[in-house]
Amino acid sequence: MTNHWNDIANSDCILIMGSNAAENHPISFKYVTKAMENGAKLISVDPRFTRTSSKADIYTALRSGTDIAFLGGMIKYILDNNFYNKEYTAEYTNAAHLINEKFSFKDGLFSGYDPKKRTYDKSTWTYQVDKKGIPKRDTTLNNPNCVFQLLKKHFSRYNVDLVSKITGTPKNKLLEVYKTYSATGKTGKAGTIMYAMGWTQHTVGTQNIRTMAIIQLLLGNIGVAGGGVNALRGESNVQGSTDHCLLFHILPGYLKTPKASQPKLADYNNKYTPKTSDPNSANWWGNYAKYSVSFLKSMFGKNATKGNDFGYSWLPKLDDGTNYSWITIFQEMFKGKIKGFFAWGMNPACSGPNSDMTREAMEKLDWMVNVNLWETETGAFWKRPGADPKKIKTEVFLLPCAASMEKEGSITNSSRWMQWRYKAVDPPGDALPDAEMIHEIFVRLQKLYKKDGGKFADPILNLKWDYAHNGHIDIHAVAKEINGYDLKTGKLMASFSKLKNDGTTSSGNWLYCNSYTEKGNMAARRDNKDYSGIGLFSNWSWCWPVNRRIIYNRASVDQNGQPWDKEHPVIKWDAAANDGKGGWIGDVPDGGWVPMSNKEQTKWPYIMKPEGFARIFGMGLADGPFPEHYEPLECPVEQNMLSKVMLNPTSKAWHEEGGDMNKTAKACDPRYPFVATTYRVSEHWQTGAMTRQQPWLVELQPEMFVEMSKQLAKELGIKNGDKVIVESARGKVHAKAIVTVRFKPFKIGDNIIHEVGMPWCYGFMGLATGDSVNKLTPNIGDANTMIPESKAFLVNVKKEV
Amino acid sequence: MNGKSVLIDLSKCIGCRGCQVACKQWNQLPGEKTVNVGSHQNPQDLSAKTWTLVRFKETENNGKVDWTFFKDQCRHCIDPPCKYAAEDYAPDSIFIDKNGAVVYLPTTKKIEDDMNETCPYGIPRKDDNSGEWFKCNFCHDRIESGKEPACVKACPTGALTFGDRDKILEISKKRLQEMKLDHPNATLLDAEDVRWIYLLHEPEDYFQLGLRELDRFDRYAWRKLFKPKAPAWLAGGALALLFKKRDKRMKEKQTDEVSS
Repeated sequence: MTNHWNDIANSDCILIMGSNAAENHPISFKYVTKAMENGAKLISVDPRFTRTSSKADIYTALRSGTDIAFLGGMIKYILDNNFYNKEYTAEYTNAAHLINEKFSFKDGLFSGYDPKKRTYDKSTWTYQVDKKGIPKRDTTLNNPNCVFQLLKKHFSRYNVDLVSKITGTPKNKLLEVYKTYSATGKTGKAGTIMYAMGWTQHTVGTQNIRTMAIIQLLLGNIGVAGGGVNALRGESNVQGSTDHCLLFHILPGYLKTPKASQPKLADYNNKYTPKTSDPNSANWWGNYAKYSVSFLKSMFGKNATKGNDFGYSWLPKLDDGTNYSWITIFQEMFKGKIKGFFAWGMNPACSGPNSDMTREAMEKLDWMVNVNLWETETGAFWKRPGADPKKIKTEVFLLPCAASMEKEGSITNSSRWMQWRYKAVDPPGDALPDAEMIHEIFVRLQKLYKKDGGKFADPILNLKWDYAHNGHIDIHAVAKEINGYDLKTGKLMASFSKLKNDGTTSSGNWLYCNSYTEKGNMAARRDNKDYSGIGLFSNWSWCWPVNRRIIYNRASVDQNGQPWDKEHPVIKWDAAANDGKGGWIGDVPDGGWVPMSNKEQTKWPYIMKPEGFARIFGMGLADGPFPEHYEPLECPVEQNMLSKVMLNPTSKAWHEEGGDMNKTAKACDPRYPFVATTYRVSEHWQTGAMTRQQPWLVELQPEMFVEMSKQLAKELGIKNGDKVIVESARGKVHAKAIVTVRFKPFKIGDNIIHEVGMPWCYGFMGLATGDSVNKLTPNIGDANTMIPESKAFLVNVKKEV
Repeated sequence: MNGKSVLIDLSKCIGCRGCQVACKQWNQLPGEKTVNVGSHQNPQDLSAKTWTLVRFKETENNGKVDWTFFKDQCRHCIDPPCKYAAEDYAPDSIFIDKNGAVVYLPTTKKIEDDMNETCPYGIPRKDDNSGEWFKCNFCHDRIESGKEPACVKACPTGALTFGDRDKILEISKKRLQEMKLDHPNATLLDAEDVRWIYLLHEPEDYFQLGLRELDRFDRYAWRKLFKPKAPAWLAGGALALLFKKRDKRMKEKQTDEVSS
């Protein structure tokens, strides 16, 4: 989140789309309720009327997979009616920046597309620069090559009649949503978006969010209280896991994983250190080398020296152009290329797409280590219904782990708050905390490598490992290392602004530098008083970066440093502070530089971009600098009504590889006439591994179900409560039918399209069992993140006889 | 008036069932064996082992869809008819504590009346094995320790407000006035007669589980005039009609839950 949970209470208009917050983040609804008590409007946009919709002032439906069309229509509406915040747009975003004249968009494709590689050559997606190399800007926003005019041109096609045809949303409802939300463009008003997997789990997932980010920038809603782009993370510590970068393409603090084509540290640092010639741009990623070297020092300690590139050669490298994401892992496993597998606190047998093939892929493993509270579907894949254990050679080690209350440590929530937690009880039997297991495994591994050698032992032998105390993992030692040290004095680093690239500082994760300092464990602070008046609670735990609660907050003030919203100021320039030198009061400012009216000494507010401006034109993305509506891989329309391109042209085309792993339905496949989506329920958690063992929760939601409209049920001869079968090109599931008014058929173009929905919390283990909906979902992912497209695919439904 | 009260503002309920689970946890009640009958609601009814139940109902009025959630449970009447019924069989089996909680003891198994019928809201449920009657007990043990009821603590949106009765009545009336600006038909259910006060923003959408004050008073008055043991048919035509009306409403409630 750019903002945080409590801040939602400050909003004037809350759009919940791609999320069912009341159902799946029920505690967050406390803040939505507070905002509404203060007069805020709640808008719920969802293919299905949900528990969130029941509280909304405005509810409307859209067909799954058409969010960019819906939101693109809002962009056009905002621009046509001049509802955008002119000063914010021109001065804080790259709307005024001029783009390379060779940049173009035609027939659904941007300039530079290579159809064979399914990638873009982005050399035309660049700024026009002056002699100094600084981007040219036209703050009147009139130049035909400025981003603002290009944006206007791009979304001119998204007129409300066409949007209505694509999404199935009635025209009057579209306009009602557009009108209500764009009223937050007024100075002093703030609108916020709460979104979750309903937006991310599409082949256009990243661009769904980009479309909303553009709206928020046009309306001046970023950096202000009650605004922001707020992702409701799907797991209580997934924010922590992404911050510490448990994904193949990033290192802790969102550094990049080095590639094979970057043999030297200098190659790597140069590639990822952006440069700017603009003296007013802070270009914070320009500090990249300070963070990467400090990370190496945390990894390899004294063994990392200037002479050996600080141990850079010991970091694993990615083969250039290779994708190691979830879908790839199981594709390779299915082909027999992966021999060993740690399924650590994860249940891929139920949580990933195409469950039947995922489970079959596991049969090809030599060994699996499954760490969980107890045996789940993944650990038990070899004895799943229909499997013959005698034919499966995989050796499965089940390591029981401690639950969250049985160990000490921190969790980072959606608000970026790192909250420290204490151990309440001992884990049962032999169960151990994960950190303890990693410690035990590593210590034994290192011993074996020392004794027997092995292929490329250096990284293992040179790894610094001083996290144990009396033979057991000391979680505070880990937390301190994450923060980092001044290696000259041995003292904990105060903040990342003091990190160096010369090997004299260390930090396991530069973003978390400032979380555990000489002042103590900042994450463990428990002062629950709000000194800000806007619910910042700055002395409760700690958040990154440097406890800044609302990021990009220098965009919350005008050029003189005075808050746009006088009733909910985030920061404010006080000219009298610091003996008349002036200073910021309120939240930690997003850089302490003087307000923009001081053109000599100021820095532009969006410090994480090399140019210093928020990107409406986003050249960093794989599938385009502007969002564009494409249809899901499995879609119910013959043509994309906006262009000739059906599927996101840069999503990896697993479906073209074919084979058992990649069975796919065609567009308008007559075998699978209905759109399907997946979601969660309040009562179960993720794949249900924990909750389907709990009698009170099982009592509430005992069985797999499929929700459908009354009209569809009538067509299929299905009554409420009937047993039905739902099938896709990949598999089938048994479910109870919930026939409801909350789903309605969509009018898409001239056709009636039906949509159904199912929860993904069932599996074959536990007190309550049921079929995993992921048996149905397709093996294709977002073009940027590769997250699977679980939210829009095709199925057939019939009554079970 | 002394004692405690709770305001249930249903306009804030999101149907999460935190209250339902909190009640089970605090009272160590077992989870019942259930199936999905075509609804998110489970179980389908209150029982000796389910003392509060969020009832789900879908409505559609003039093309506008809504989903309402009704947390059903004992209202803790100021002057409970069930206590009168108990007097003939086991006088001490039902008592009202100093906070106003209407509490059942195991000796309720001696009561021969159908308490479900006696209660204007159809709340108490008999355990078939022991014969004891069960219902929400206002978490009177928690209140003794200075805590709020478990369901109130669990509710994330503030739909449940607990406190001294006078204060709660004040809050209820204020909330009603605010609610009427957007929902002119909003009403409080039997606020003067019960301690758990429901604020319904759209009464028609709910299960009509709260009898109108007139009905309840009438049944009540008849009971005091006639002996509590007297079977329903003795009470006269008017009373029989009132019972029939309530039965019909209960049946409507059942069908509504299992929407077709």
